[in-house]
Amino acid sequence: MEYGLDKRSNALKIFNTTFIIVWLLVACFPFIWTFWGSFKVRADFFSRADWWYAITAFNTLLETGGKFTTDAYSQAWTEGEFWKASRNTVIVTFFVVTISLFLGTLGAYALSRSTRNYAFWILIAALIFRAMPHITLVSGYLFPFFQLQIWGILPTTIVVLVAINQPFTLWLLYSFFKTVPKELDESALIDGCSYFQAFRHIIMPVMWPGVITAGLFSLMLAYNDFTVTALLLNQENHTMVPKIQSYLGTNQHEGNLMWAVSAVVSATAPLFMLVMFFQRQVISGLTAGAVKG
Amino acid sequence: MPNKTFFWFFLPTGLAMILFIGLPIISTGIQSFYAQHDQVVKEVKKCDPFGCTVSIVVDQEKTSKIREEKPLGKFNGFGTYVDRNHLAVEEIGNFWNETNSFGEFVDQVTNLPFYKALIFTLTYCLFVTPNVLLLGFIIALSLNAVTRRIRGPLIFGTILPMIVTPLVGSLVLFWMIDAEGIIGANLQMLMDDPYLSLKSSKTLTWITIIIYGIWHHSPFAFVVFYAALQTVPQEPVEAAIIDGASRWQRVRHIVLPHIYPVVTFVALISLMDNFRVFEPIIGFSAEGSAQSLSWLIYDNLVNEEVILFGSAAATSMMTIVGIAILLAPVLIRTWKEFRTAR
Repeated sequence: MEYGLDKRSNALKIFNTTFIIVWLLVACFPFIWTFWGSFKVRADFFSRADWWYAITAFNTLLETGGKFTTDAYSQAWTEGEFWKASRNTVIVTFFVVTISLFLGTLGAYALSRSTRNYAFWILIAALIFRAMPHITLVSGYLFPFFQLQIWGILPTTIVVLVAINQPFTLWLLYSFFKTVPKELDESALIDGCSYFQAFRHIIMPVMWPGVITAGLFSLMLAYNDFTVTALLLNQENHTMVPKIQSYLGTNQHEGNLMWAVSAVVSATAPLFMLVMFFQRQVISGLTAGAVKG
Repeated sequence: MPNKTFFWFFLPTGLAMILFIGLPIISTGIQSFYAQHDQVVKEVKKCDPFGCTVSIVVDQEKTSKIREEKPLGKFNGFGTYVDRNHLAVEEIGNFWNETNSFGEFVDQVTNLPFYKALIFTLTYCLFVTPNVLLLGFIIALSLNAVTRRIRGPLIFGTILPMIVTPLVGSLVLFWMIDAEGIIGANLQMLMDDPYLSLKSSKTLTWITIIIYGIWHHSPFAFVVFYAALQTVPQEPVEAAIIDGASRWQRVRHIVLPHIYPVVTFVALISLMDNFRVFEPIIGFSAEGSAQSLSWLIYDNLVNEEVILFGSAAATSMMTIVGIAILLAPVLIRTWKEFRTAR
């Protein structure tokens, strides 16, 4: 810790630096390695003979004539129909984020401005809902969805993801709304605004950091979801993550491992860029509930 | 805010949560009391020049008719809960009478699917949660000691394991650990055992999944602890330094008490998340030796012939009970605080 009075010993400094380097290696190397390997052929990245082939690209050179190949990418995106999966992901993510934020800001604003007991109980109920494993909810959905014949289509999944996402969004936005002084909207109310006008014109403009954070988390939930999308969407409508799983193959049919590798890289890259860009918001979101509350 | 305004503001999100979180839980509860229909069988008499044989075949027409009429299945009461794939009451009774030693009895019980999954889930929670707290705290302390200028990229690198979805995270590790991957191949060389494979041993699979869990969840603990460390007041720390407190004593007596509420928050969140462990089992293709409660439900729902709604629902209900037990201390404490605050 950087305390003025504290003289740091050199041994500790060295230990600290080593620890951080080791940890970063553990945290990042798997991704770097997968990225590197995605430009090789299967015989190199999953080499039975010698793992060093993944670096020297022995088989890649034999099979394609170059040290790097983008075959896995082009095949997965065209033949493997990953383009369809990514299109579905974009649709699902876009609607989940928009609807989540719309519902979440309204609800969280009401919760933060209410002094009644029920607001407290609603927040507790949201916490319990947040704890529900998604797969238990899915086991509740499947049967009614089959009966109503709304299984397998994107809108159903979007609504379900929005609902599953609400408890967390509510808590997050609630803690952000709490930091906006009450006097701000109270003065607007005295001036003759309705609650909705105060919310729309006075509170929302100062809430952008909170909204962006909540939006990012909704986005990560929708983008990353496996449980809901794998079980509630039919083959045709699969998003990226269940698609990756389908490339892995099952006992019945062999998958295409290199497709999965390139699909993993394709799916992860935009996410990493986004987090790099919005790192501050992600961290403030993770800590909002903990430190402020 | 007046009740009426509150109602209109809260209606959309409340409706979404009631319809798609509240109702499904009830729907799961109802489904758990039903079981899929048995297939209707009929006797078919088949005669040929050598005589007549009677064989029993499935009456497809009647079976599908019954399924259509009552899609929920037949009422089964608590039957699904106590059958062999769930609480296995009868089997346990038999084991108790038949086995000679307690060890043997435990052995038999832990081979039943539900108990096997329960034990894996609990083991996973038990090993992952404390290690996540510890590792997250150590990373936060040591990153907090680094020059402010380079912290940004370091934090970005640290949180990478957390932002990828568990399926992708476990796949990325699995491809390295696999016998044909970089770590797996080197381990074989190091151990001088060409048949060493993480997939072949149950213990190794469990250890791999637990290590994955720590890798995936530590960044979350780190982020929260790191933010909390920024709020530790400087004066007591400086006073402690003047009084000659060692580094460890400062952490133990000033920093830890200050961030204690945050520690319980992180512990609670990661306990909840760890209890639903499921995707890594698919990512590591570890179905053979490691099954969790969530995985059991998934397995019932993707069943090839007929989806086992009842069985999945019963496991779901018991998982929810498990979550309730985990959450109970927190809820009771919150309620007490709420009561005293009034």
